[in-house]
Amino acid sequence: MLEIRNLQKSYEEPSGNRLLILDIPQLDVAEGEQVVLRGESGGGKTTLLHIISGIVSADSGSIRLDGTELTHFSEATRDRIRADKMGYVFQTFNLLPAFTALENVRLGMTFARKKMNAERGKELLSKVGLSDRMHYLPSQLSVGQQQRVAVARALANKPRLLLADEPTANVDPANQKRIIDLIKDVCREESVAILLVTHSDEIASRFERVERLELINRAFAARTATSDL
Amino acid sequence: MNLFSIAVRNLTYRKLPTALTMLSMALGVALVVLVLTISGVIEKTFERTSNVGYNLIVGAKGSDVQLTFNTVFFLSQPVENIPYSYYMEYLPGNGRQKEFKRLGGVLKDPERNGHYDFLIKGGFAIPLCMGDYIDVFRCVGTTPDYFNLLKHGDSNDLDYRFAKGKNFVDFSEENGYFEAVVGSQVASVMKLQLGSEIFASHGTSGGEQHNQGFRVVGILEPTGTPNDRGAFVNIEGFYLLEGHVAPDRNEESGLEKKGSATAPERESKFSKVRLPIEKREVTAILVKTDGMKGIGLQKQVNKTKFAQAVSPISVISGLLGIFVTPIKWALLAISSLVCVVSAISILVGIYNSMNERKRDIAVMRALGASRDHITAIIFVESVLIAVGGGVIGWFVGHAVGPLSNAWTEQATGVHVDFFSINSTQEPFIVPGLILIGILAGIIPALAAYRTSVANSL
Repeated sequence: MLEIRNLQKSYEEPSGNRLLILDIPQLDVAEGEQVVLRGESGGGKTTLLHIISGIVSADSGSIRLDGTELTHFSEATRDRIRADKMGYVFQTFNLLPAFTALENVRLGMTFARKKMNAERGKELLSKVGLSDRMHYLPSQLSVGQQQRVAVARALANKPRLLLADEPTANVDPANQKRIIDLIKDVCREESVAILLVTHSDEIASRFERVERLELINRAFAARTATSDL
Repeated sequence: MNLFSIAVRNLTYRKLPTALTMLSMALGVALVVLVLTISGVIEKTFERTSNVGYNLIVGAKGSDVQLTFNTVFFLSQPVENIPYSYYMEYLPGNGRQKEFKRLGGVLKDPERNGHYDFLIKGGFAIPLCMGDYIDVFRCVGTTPDYFNLLKHGDSNDLDYRFAKGKNFVDFSEENGYFEAVVGSQVASVMKLQLGSEIFASHGTSGGEQHNQGFRVVGILEPTGTPNDRGAFVNIEGFYLLEGHVAPDRNEESGLEKKGSATAPERESKFSKVRLPIEKREVTAILVKTDGMKGIGLQKQVNKTKFAQAVSPISVISGLLGIFVTPIKWALLAISSLVCVVSAISILVGIYNSMNERKRDIAVMRALGASRDHITAIIFVESVLIAVGGGVIGWFVGHAVGPLSNAWTEQATGVHVDFFSINSTQEPFIVPGLILIGILAGIIPALAAYRTSVANSL
């Protein structure tokens, strides 16, 4: 379903040199598959998710989603594909403070081309156990509840792929397991593939397929070698 | 949810800054509407006062503005007087002969009987004698026709009505020639009642008072015209006051013949003796003609050496164009500047909020919103503040009129309803507000457009 080939991304350093962040020869995620990408901070995990979602452009390489090459599209088209086919869960939840839980979920539906049933927002919030908190503002919800709203929002448009960036980094240990299980269960129910990045071994251990970024990202190996010298 | 509801929610979440920005816009628009309303009231007041039931004022040669101001508004000083016999030329049909028989005396130029008959047929002419004051108010000597024939109101179809009493008559057994009708403000300020006696002072307010008074027999209902500020006395009594007799003049030099300005002997105030025609003068003649005949009459009169005919509506419209309209535009420009300042405050308000909203914008982008979506939301917010504030200001501006009706009606006679003053500029307010909103939203929208998603998440 998601096929990444020879993906490269570099940034310009203040000195003017270009620093290669990502150099991934191959990474595939099958339909409905739940994959964890484990890596240390600064390893390019978030950048990879940004490139897959189309927020940031790659320097070179190929990203295919359901057979469609994404890297050739304009930013506006990438925005649309992101709205239609991808869900995004952030490390800091990023709920919009002016909107209630239900409105945050429905916000995800606003920008997609396919029009979802307005009741889906309520269904999703019920699925994540927040049927009694639908009209609460984010500030009135606990940290764990906020992340559950974020999960529901990411799934609002029935995406093909859920991108999750350290979704439990700001959650206490008791809630971490619950949220990971929730993401896995709901995605399985909705047949949504997961690509979750984390630096936590504990989180990674809850998934069957775990990829280590330092192994699939040749740029990481190159940088490590340079710093060793 | 849609872009509109997202924009509304963003605004309601920042209640205080939104309310303050809307308030400044409301203030600007309320000022614009108020300026339009006030200028509308002024124009209506001028319209009402110039729409007094006659289309020409005839008076001595001189300033047309002075003649109009003196006659219509009771302001300024009278121009010179013209002979009563000249006024009689304006009486339709054989009115001049009838008047001669009624008053007696010497009538010059008998061939001028019915001189303007063909132009004035179907209309009327009413003489006015001015120059005296009753307290601070103008004393107007005229005939009962002033209130019998003239109308007032927006459509010039309202008869003068009396709050108390009735119109004065040419001669009454009770008061002889000395009856008066006073306007509502005169009665109110001077605390006059029916039966009160009023004394005119000669020439100026506070001048030497005549010995003979006039009995108040009627108090007018408020009309919103200058007549509210007038004291109207029987012209026959007016002529009999000291100093109101026209002297004989040398035909060649025009100089006054000494001792000729004497009133006839009268046994008492109830005597029916009148001032003869040759001893009478009038300050102005109010002339009503049918349609286009007025223009012909005006041309004919203006060809004469000593008289002029002016159209009060033309003079007043001219004054409106010269004074009121430029002031109105100047005030509108100032009010519009307030709107521009409000637009800048919208710009600053939204722009300043951009920093704290970068993350929100980035989140929406990550959820699939395009740059165009974000830009549109900012524009909708900006337009909503401008239009929302503007609509509030529009209501406030219009509400001031009805709320101040007690004062406005008394001062001007104009009743202001919520929608009664509709200027030609008003339809431009809402499109103008939308334009202001769009212009104010450009810079914040650009900032939103350029927000880096990756850096802001």
